[in-house]
Amino acid sequence: MTLRDKTADETPRSWLRAVLYDATIRGWVFQGLVLLFIILFALWVIHNTAANLRAANIPFGFDFLNMRAGFDISQKPIDYTLDSSHAQAFKVGLLNTIIVSVLGIILATIIGFIVGISRLSSNWLLARAATVYVETLRNIPLLLQLLFWYKAVLSVLPGPRQGLMLPFSINLSNRGLTMPRPIVGEGFGLVMWALLVAVVAAWALARWARRRQAATGQSFPVIRASLGIVIGLPLVVFLILGAPLTFELPELKGFNFVGGMVVHPELTAMLLGISLYTATFIAETVRAGILAVSSGQSEAAFSLGLRPSQTMRLIVVPQAMRVIIPPLTSQYLNLTKNSSLALAIGYPDLVAVFAGSTLNITGHAIEVIAITMAVYLALSLITAALMNWFNARVALVER
Amino acid sequence: MSRIETDTVFVRRDFLEPEAPPPSLGGIPGWVRKNLFSSPFNIAISLSMLLLLAWALPPLIRWLFIDAVWTGTNREACLPKNGETVGACWAFVNAKLAQFTFGSYPADQRWRPSLVMIVFFVGLAWVAIPRMPWRRQAVWLMLTAFPVATFWLLYGGLGLPIVETSNWGGLLVTLVVAITGIVASLPLGILLALGRRSKLPFIKIVSVVFIEVWRGVPLITVLFMASVMLPLFLPTGVNFDKLLRALIGVALFTGAYMAETIRGGLQAIPKGQFEGAASLGLGYWQSMRLIILPQALKIVIPGIVNSFISLFKDTSLVMIIGLYDLLGSIQRNFSDANWSTPSIAPTGLIFAAAVFWVFCFSMSRYSMYMERKLNTGRKR
Repeated sequence: MTLRDKTADETPRSWLRAVLYDATIRGWVFQGLVLLFIILFALWVIHNTAANLRAANIPFGFDFLNMRAGFDISQKPIDYTLDSSHAQAFKVGLLNTIIVSVLGIILATIIGFIVGISRLSSNWLLARAATVYVETLRNIPLLLQLLFWYKAVLSVLPGPRQGLMLPFSINLSNRGLTMPRPIVGEGFGLVMWALLVAVVAAWALARWARRRQAATGQSFPVIRASLGIVIGLPLVVFLILGAPLTFELPELKGFNFVGGMVVHPELTAMLLGISLYTATFIAETVRAGILAVSSGQSEAAFSLGLRPSQTMRLIVVPQAMRVIIPPLTSQYLNLTKNSSLALAIGYPDLVAVFAGSTLNITGHAIEVIAITMAVYLALSLITAALMNWFNARVALVER
Repeated sequence: MSRIETDTVFVRRDFLEPEAPPPSLGGIPGWVRKNLFSSPFNIAISLSMLLLLAWALPPLIRWLFIDAVWTGTNREACLPKNGETVGACWAFVNAKLAQFTFGSYPADQRWRPSLVMIVFFVGLAWVAIPRMPWRRQAVWLMLTAFPVATFWLLYGGLGLPIVETSNWGGLLVTLVVAITGIVASLPLGILLALGRRSKLPFIKIVSVVFIEVWRGVPLITVLFMASVMLPLFLPTGVNFDKLLRALIGVALFTGAYMAETIRGGLQAIPKGQFEGAASLGLGYWQSMRLIILPQALKIVIPGIVNSFISLFKDTSLVMIIGLYDLLGSIQRNFSDANWSTPSIAPTGLIFAAAVFWVFCFSMSRYSMYMERKLNTGRKR
């Protein structure tokens, strides 16, 4: 054996064989080939693009961001006029995306948790209604639902005069949802500061109570005390300053409302569609999370003498949240990405304003699409990183 | 043990019939009491749900069926006459049904997409039902011969008149985009999933970056990229078909999601399988092809079906870049002056919703069925 190996090793062919079949060398060669292919492909694409751009006479660069935009945007959370730059339009679009995403996430979470728990209810009617809701809306494309709310529901609503009057001077008509606008008076900033102080104090209190319970076993009504601090302190400051907050009521003048705050029909349709759609997925996540906590856990809690509310709060919810949070995060990300469908119903989000109007006016396709994609990518990666950190904190520590 | 004398000792050989439960617990009243009115809170919920149903259901049913217009040839049929209310305008859907299915595919050639759809649904049922004979052969036929034949039948050539893709539309485009997307994304997803689990650092980085970038952006920007940027990337003069550009975007996007689904399956394979394959002397590709992937792909069938459901729903987005899929062709017909009435928008959208719902709901039921079926094999 040894003799034959030795002779085989000396021939040049078997040396080649040894190199060819060496896993490490093969790996590097293979990776080198892939790298080479990617570089060549990138060069080819860049070459073509440069040639195409030269032919179309569009210089590559980001100078267009400072040029006059010249188009109007229907919903402007910050100052924006026809003379503003494309960079300003980008900011408006980004803010509108953030507005619809944040409001949508809040609404979807509330609806999703209620529906998810309802599906587990012992009340037959409620559980069935929740199931029908989830199974119906989950299986219909979001774009279709948005068009439905916008074209089939909101645009056939009556005008402001015949609109649906709700409490607190809120009016729902084909001009959108009109409601009183809060006007911040002198010294309202102090109330906000008081709120901040109160939140920090509540957090410190919770920390102290947890330490004391760990050390002595005595419990402290943290939730009630925290609520008292967070609501009470700003309220006291607010009253001392003489209630510096008034409301401007919307008034009917002619055919439309003057004053007040208007949620445009586009935003209303977006919020309805996106939160009702995402809520179905959140409901399924919540249901799965609660079902994942074995019934032995609550039985053990009862046998320790915990009341049902305590069992829910201290035993079931913390364990269910561990299962719920990772998929919940990806639902939040989906909602944010889905808000780009706003384009279809004319809500001026990032894609509609920037990848729509700005791209059409300037023709800088590559820069515009790259910036848009980078924004969504950054949002996704930041959220994913935060969630991984949170997940690592709450993960089950196994011995 | 001695035998029991049956003639002297009474032995009861069967169970006693159970007594009927008290009337208040059994039957319909008992069920209602237990499931609807067991506590004050439950009573409140049940009553408010009943009120909600009583408020919402009758007008809905009236609009959908009783007040609806079922026959007619133009908008006159769906206009409210002498003060009566008019519900859904089903006559509109009825008149446009061929357009919603095929788009502006030439009327004398519509047997071609019809044939493709029939063969597709029969083939799909054949592949999906586990007890069918020749199932493996059917899978191969669906994956190899069927796409080629479909392309020939739909596009034309070799004796058939050519139908440009700009004339395709309706459900046909929805199905073409969804099915091409899923079929093209499978091999891409497998390669990316293997790449992400590879020990070669560069391959791993490339796969991770590719997957995370596509998963991090909305499909609509991908479609924008495919329709606006792709022509810039290619040599001057090369012009792609619009549908093909959308298909490339959809395939890349779905490939990234598919990779994550398949990676889940790969992670579920016990380490012993990899080691067993290695100890048999199988190389990387052999062990993947013969040992690992057959098991991993089987586990992720429900996941693949779920990807297909979301892809199927997402195909409606191609409307935004100017392709007329089911939703797009319905939306386009809203501006038809011959039919324009206030009720066609809700009617058309509800019709589209019903079609999408039937497809997605049946697929999700199938996915659940497969999950249960695959589970029994692994349970001990």
